[in-house]
Amino acid sequence: MKKYFILFMAIFSLSLTANSVFAQNMLQIKGSDTLINLVQKLAEEYMEKNPGKYIAVTGGGSGTGIAALTNKKCDIANASRLMKSKEIDMANQRGVNPKRVVIAMDGLSVIVNGRNSVDKLSMDQIGKIFRGEITNWQDVGGKNSPITLYGRQSNSGTFVFFRDAVVKADYSAKMNRMNGNAQIVEGVRSDSSGIGYVGVGYVKEARGITVLKVARSAKGDYASPLNADDVKSGEYPIARPLNQYIDGSTKGAIEDFIAFELSQEGQRIVEQEGFFPIPVDYEDFNEKSVGL
Amino acid sequence: MKRIKEKIIHGLFFFNGVLVVMVLLGIFALLIFTAIPAFKEIRLSEFIFSSNWNPTSYVKSSYGIGAMLVSTFMVTLGSLLIAIPLGIGTAAYLSDVASPKVREIAKPVVEILAGIPSVVIGFLGIVLVGPLIAKIFHIPNGLNAVNGSILLAIMALPTIVSMSEDALNSVPKSYIEASLALGASHWQTIVKVKIPAALSGIIAACMLGMGRAIGETMTVLMATGCAPAMPEGFFSAVRTMTSTIAIELGEVPYYTTHYYALFGVGLVLFIITFLVNMTSDIILHKHQRLSR
Repeated sequence: MKKYFILFMAIFSLSLTANSVFAQNMLQIKGSDTLINLVQKLAEEYMEKNPGKYIAVTGGGSGTGIAALTNKKCDIANASRLMKSKEIDMANQRGVNPKRVVIAMDGLSVIVNGRNSVDKLSMDQIGKIFRGEITNWQDVGGKNSPITLYGRQSNSGTFVFFRDAVVKADYSAKMNRMNGNAQIVEGVRSDSSGIGYVGVGYVKEARGITVLKVARSAKGDYASPLNADDVKSGEYPIARPLNQYIDGSTKGAIEDFIAFELSQEGQRIVEQEGFFPIPVDYEDFNEKSVGL
Repeated sequence: MKRIKEKIIHGLFFFNGVLVVMVLLGIFALLIFTAIPAFKEIRLSEFIFSSNWNPTSYVKSSYGIGAMLVSTFMVTLGSLLIAIPLGIGTAAYLSDVASPKVREIAKPVVEILAGIPSVVIGFLGIVLVGPLIAKIFHIPNGLNAVNGSILLAIMALPTIVSMSEDALNSVPKSYIEASLALGASHWQTIVKVKIPAALSGIIAACMLGMGRAIGETMTVLMATGCAPAMPEGFFSAVRTMTSTIAIELGEVPYYTTHYYALFGVGLVLFIITFLVNMTSDIILHKHQRLSR
């Protein structure tokens, strides 16, 4: 009798977990580390306003998110870069039709240690530093110490975007590849000769680091990513849209969440998290792309 | 009735054992079959000897694991240099010098050390050991092979201590009594009689610790900087094979050359760990045969 009682208790306790295991229609969002805090906050607000809807947000980098969307393992892919044509082809081959939505603007910030006297650089100088062609701070106006590079890993959208927009070649093989934006901030904060690149949402409240002003060319004007107008107008040269990709053939719960992100409420949260709201031309783009 | 029950239980145990062997062979087969397509595009000599691993390159993809092999061996060697003297010393202390009360406390503590998750140790590496290394050696940051070696030594230590202590305890009492009877001091007995007698068990313990250090992923990924360049010394950032797989497997589209190449790295890792474990097993068996 005792044996049957134990067996019954085991089955009963397992059945109690069923509710969470079979959670109805949990929206899976995977991808960019730059976007993860922002989208988590948006998801939390959305779930509070819509009880009964569940959203799970995880990171892994834009590359991971896009791969997950292609392999049909997530509903929305957070991406801080655009999908490459090879990736779009591969997705189409697997029966996925990626559609892009822009949910925020980012001024990609180049940061140095707070004790570094350098506070502005041109795009060309930054490119040379990250290619490994300039290796000492004294070559750009700082003191005599070798530059330590902090960057992301190859699965990161920020890694790809920064490489294509600024470095325009492979990164120096000596660059430390950190696991996420937060680790880069920490690394630069504790290394007096460090330099790194992070999304602007991560420098909003950071102490011990300086956000560099960047100019398109050495004779041009220097603009800061903390200035919303410079980012929107394009004065700041490394501004970029933060995107989400969905499978065009699905609808319903996904559309509802994206509509929330694009609404006034959602854009207010974007600003709270340190990023910038969508400018008008991307609003038109979103209309054409997904009808929101 | 009893005989049938016996036969069923025998069968279950036999099936269990066979299942374990099949899982091992299955893993090996999976690695081999998924890695082979990579070598249609990559020459084997380039794969093993080139130090340029850049599958997502701006210009041309390259798949050379040379720098990663060197990195893995560097951190393993470094960790063994720390863990072996410390481990054998601790084992000798626990088996010979410590009073029973101290042994009762110390032994479980060492075993608990083995249970600390590798992420926690990696976290300690970033937050505690890294800045300490930077301060002591006057270098800008602590993301290097020394950091990785110290952390891996902490992880390999419990294995080495446990098995070495067992080996020391199984030295026949007659050896000790003979040595003491001939006038040797306690210290001389431990160093010149006990340890040499238990040597094969101690070597097996060290090889198992080495296997642990080679396969460790999270710790080295967080604390060693992951720069893909060939390391110039113990104070450069290193990137082991394990961290490469952990970083890149999430973002790689299935069934591409990059995907197959990562399985190739996994295969190399599997072969190395397998050889290390097999060697330690052979040595231990010889030791057991001799002591009977």
